[in-house]
Amino acid sequence: MSILPDSYFTYAKRHAGPDHDHYPASPIIDRAPITLPGGVKLGLWVVVPLEFFPLNPSGQPFKAPGAMQTPYPDLRHYTTRDYGNRVGAYRLLTLFGKLGLRATFAVQGAVAERYPGLVRDVLSDGHDICAHGWDTDSLHHSGLSAEVEDGYITRTLDAVQTACGYRPDGWLSPARAEGFATPARLAAKGISWFADWAHDDLPTRFRTEAGDLAALPLSNELDDWQILINYTRPEHEWTTQVADAADWLLDEAGRFNSPRLLTLTVRPYVSGLPYRVKALGDSLKGVLDRAGAAGVTPRDLTRALSA
Amino acid sequence: MHSDPNLYDFWPYRDRPKITWPGNKKVAFWVAPNIEFYELDPPINPSRKPWGRPHPDIVPYSARDWGNRVGHWRLMEVMDEFKVRGSISLSVAMLDHHPEIIRACVDRDWEFFSHGIYNTRYSYNMTEAQERAVLEDSIKSVMDATGQRIRGYLAPALTHTERTLDLLAEYGFWYSCDLFQDDQPQPVKVKGDNRLISMPYSLEVNDVITYGIYHQSPRAYADALMRHFDQLLEEGAETGTVMCIPLHAYLVGHPHRIGPFREALRYITSHRDDVWVTTAKEIAEFYMANHYDQTLADIARRGDARPGTGFNPQGGL
Repeated sequence: MSILPDSYFTYAKRHAGPDHDHYPASPIIDRAPITLPGGVKLGLWVVVPLEFFPLNPSGQPFKAPGAMQTPYPDLRHYTTRDYGNRVGAYRLLTLFGKLGLRATFAVQGAVAERYPGLVRDVLSDGHDICAHGWDTDSLHHSGLSAEVEDGYITRTLDAVQTACGYRPDGWLSPARAEGFATPARLAAKGISWFADWAHDDLPTRFRTEAGDLAALPLSNELDDWQILINYTRPEHEWTTQVADAADWLLDEAGRFNSPRLLTLTVRPYVSGLPYRVKALGDSLKGVLDRAGAAGVTPRDLTRALSA
Repeated sequence: MHSDPNLYDFWPYRDRPKITWPGNKKVAFWVAPNIEFYELDPPINPSRKPWGRPHPDIVPYSARDWGNRVGHWRLMEVMDEFKVRGSISLSVAMLDHHPEIIRACVDRDWEFFSHGIYNTRYSYNMTEAQERAVLEDSIKSVMDATGQRIRGYLAPALTHTERTLDLLAEYGFWYSCDLFQDDQPQPVKVKGDNRLISMPYSLEVNDVITYGIYHQSPRAYADALMRHFDQLLEEGAETGTVMCIPLHAYLVGHPHRIGPFREALRYITSHRDDVWVTTAKEIAEFYMANHYDQTLADIARRGDARPGTGFNPQGGL
């Protein structure tokens, strides 16, 4: 039997608030009301990752969700993921166009470099763009040197800027993975908001050694990966769950006199399948048809925070 | 290692002596919100990794912190609506990290029991002195912060040693939520003259299990809770049963889940003529005063009892 050292029973961070310095404790019921444009009560924030899954991933320090699974060359997973960038994303763009929904596309550097036309189409349809790291095999973690991690960030921002014509100020890490230093390194590179942490339902201020970031809420519990892939629930149940969430949040927005946010990550290779895209449309339309509901953008959310 | 924990005797679910809960109620119903703290960078216990990814594993970490910022408040609101007091499975360090949540629970006259110091510090490989230190920390910290003497225990992350239950009894705990062998309380076979019971904690309707393992939809979970209740109510006419709903606000508190859960809670608490809506400590106190000896006598009568105590089949101290 191993013996646990005495240090296993000392608790250096057993003090008020979380065990890190990024933000203090803050019960949502004590929060000052936020404001969204046009008096919106329920903001719908849809994030679409545009990801590149290399055929030869290192899998370090872990394999990203959606990465190759069978022995090389795993054409099966490579092409089903690539289907998302070729077909699924366009199905989503068509759907968003019909709904009049402005979404946020999180673009990986490798996608911007390989498929600049996709980025142009996203932009010309009026959507927002943020950076999403280099690719799903360039994961951010504490084992990276500052030089390597800074390189991931700069290379990504450069590639996305080249494709879309402006330097993104928003960030989503691949697989939402970070090292301890990642938020500060993002802030130092000019990122002003990120959406890796899912610690809140509202935007919060996130302190780093290189300045504050706006942490935008992005739920992991209701997105297509969680409900359709992890939980293997049928599409109609996903639609029901989105509707139940919208009902609850709208009611809460009324009772607390402060808007609430319904945040949804939608992957082109998951939600953009022929048999799923109508269900996604039903879900989104159901939310948007509710009185007081409307799509929101990262700018709306960062403004709600700084107001 | 033993092939059988020997913590309780076989006690078949037929012809048991009748338990009648206070007010002639058939089901003792309690709700156990787990109010937990998971550390961002905990020390490593060689028997179990705290997180799947390298530290900081911010996806599950921040999901749990969401519970402490958003989820608990939503769950409290729903429990208030149906006048259900919680019996809190508490990561004791929460007293320090989030006193605002503790105050809200104290204001509601909820019960606290210990769920270890952090849910990222596991009991595996603890020496007896270390395990005692955790229990002493739990008793003293909750007493200092709330004035409550804790009487219940659920081992952190359900991690145990062979001596855990004996130590609970020695330290004056009344119940353990760590054993899932029954829908009624039962004496636990501990060393010495101390008395400890197993409190039904209904792990199979725990939201971690129904969402994380069984992948139920929120409405299916609510339906399962209501059917679970219906069955225990029916059987409770013969002899009183216990139903617990173990919860984690970081799961059930999400906006797509809390509405269906609220309907299940509405349904169960609408049967108050037959249901004792209470706390684990009150169930334990009543059971020990009125049914503990009756159970032991019934087990002895059936001839199924085995000698010794937990992990100690030969008996002896």
